[in-house]
Amino acid sequence: MPEFEFKTEIHLVKLLGIKARNIRELCETLESVPLSSVYYHTHKFLKQHHFLSPEPPNDFAYWVNNTLNIRMLAEKLASVDTVKFSSLEELRLQLCAIMAEWLKLGMPANDCAAGDEFHFMSCQTFILPTGHKAANLSEFREKLKIVDINSIYFHIFEARLRLKKNQNDFQSWLMEIGEKEIAEKLGNLDPYNITLENLRKRVLGLIK
Amino acid sequence: MIDIKKYEHITGKSAIDELYFLGEKLKGKKVKNINSTAVGGGVAEILTKMGPLMKQVGVDASWDVIKGDQKFFVVTKKIHNALHGKQEPFSAEDFDYFSQTARENAKSMDLSADIMFVHDPQPIMLVEKREELKNKWIWRCHVDITEARDEVYRFLRNYISFYDSCVFSAPSFSKKDITIPQVMICPSIDPLSDKNRELEKEEIDKVFEKFGIDRSRPVITQISRFDYLKDPLGVIKVYKLVKKYNDCQLILAGGGATDDPEGMKVYEEVKESAGNDKDIHILLLPQDDLLINALQRGSDIILQKSLKEGFGLTVSEALWKEKPVIASAVGGIPLQITHKYGGLLTYSIDGTAYYLKQLLNEPAYAAQLAKNGKEHVKNNFLITRHLREYLLLFLSVYNKEDVVYF
Repeated sequence: MPEFEFKTEIHLVKLLGIKARNIRELCETLESVPLSSVYYHTHKFLKQHHFLSPEPPNDFAYWVNNTLNIRMLAEKLASVDTVKFSSLEELRLQLCAIMAEWLKLGMPANDCAAGDEFHFMSCQTFILPTGHKAANLSEFREKLKIVDINSIYFHIFEARLRLKKNQNDFQSWLMEIGEKEIAEKLGNLDPYNITLENLRKRVLGLIK
Repeated sequence: MIDIKKYEHITGKSAIDELYFLGEKLKGKKVKNINSTAVGGGVAEILTKMGPLMKQVGVDASWDVIKGDQKFFVVTKKIHNALHGKQEPFSAEDFDYFSQTARENAKSMDLSADIMFVHDPQPIMLVEKREELKNKWIWRCHVDITEARDEVYRFLRNYISFYDSCVFSAPSFSKKDITIPQVMICPSIDPLSDKNRELEKEEIDKVFEKFGIDRSRPVITQISRFDYLKDPLGVIKVYKLVKKYNDCQLILAGGGATDDPEGMKVYEEVKESAGNDKDIHILLLPQDDLLINALQRGSDIILQKSLKEGFGLTVSEALWKEKPVIASAVGGIPLQITHKYGGLLTYSIDGTAYYLKQLLNEPAYAAQLAKNGKEHVKNNFLITRHLREYLLLFLSVYNKEDVVYF
């Protein structure tokens, strides 16, 4: 039986030096920034605010809501179903399409106040071993209880979208060891609508 | 002596293990910090702590200071002011003298460490040695250069481009025309310092008794020096708007005004504005971190109604003490407070008064904001996070990929 090695990840935040003052600039810039920037702005909240209720899920929605005060567009951006996208490029296209549609309809697109601009960032990710390994389902469950929350984040989010795997790491390993049913249930979980600690509980709940 | 292991009960073991792991990856690399002063100021303060912490996780870190005469530091002060947006007259001689002093330093200093970590503009030109030494150079800018004067910024930019990467404290400080990688590393607070450590109840009570402040009624506090930019007069207006509906007391406490003529003027104006209200306590204090700590810990709500801020770390200090904070959305404050999650961001006197009434009337909501705020600081603004990001920064100059596997 293959071992599951729990890894963790940490980020170094990079500044792109590019800012947007309104929806048009946000949309146009988002079309051209590196994918690491798309990843950063759609996943940062999950890590920085993992103790909160799940919203707001991405920086774009947060800025449109809190700075531009365009609540309807913010809601559209917030409700993008991130889990259904298998690549960051697709996610980017969806976010841009929502903003383009908004502009096409002639909806409000005013500039923000000076100093309140959206600053594009990205991140460099470092993946580290945690020293925790599991050789079977029972060990996996025990380790899942104690690993750092960043490890769960890494195996659920980073693996799939950023490292371009079809499944998250937990699913892949569960399939490998023949736990197809649990893997499928895990695949049906929307991790974007849950805090990281609750995500840990939900995954534990699936592995009885 | 600062000890990395003492942070473990706050951050958890895995966070400290990570620091040792990253330190191990930098084994054999010499890192040298360079700035312009060994004592005084925030940069020297953080280097005093960071050096020993880096060594404890296995990094061969050292710290050196450039030398300069008064004429050099007059020029560097002008550069500093101009980076903050102040109109300063520069002559060609100013830049020549700056360059000459930098080159004299470069001749006498050992700049051969594997990673040269240069802080702020004063030593920026030392990077001219990079071509000869073939080592890695990082420039750490601690200054808000959002409104930097073009002449000075252009002069510095010539040298920034020679570095491997540069570091800023907030997103708004970054620049589009900088061609090297720009990294964001926010400043941090030390949870074990006198300003932030846990205090006994008696220590807090003693301070409040000393100033005759009644803790049976809500206490609202702003800690800041007496400076128009901190808007103490605005805070008194806020208090007066709220006092009509909620019985409360206000503390405006800060120091550093005695050697600052404008500070004394502001202090007098604040006193005049407070009038005879016995529930307004205006405290002109000496530098005393424990006293500030006690005032923050004994307060019910903390305000930071600044009109302008650098990073505004006093917000993190208050949040770390699990206090609900209402603060202006300026400088680095929005990075520390997510509105309505970990505190409240405000833009006006009326807005601040409105939120203050809300928190006074809804203590459960206030407590939840405070709890979230503390967690946010724990995850993002402690010195251990700062150290981790410095270690990642050093590793990043050798590892350029978006995703680095160890």
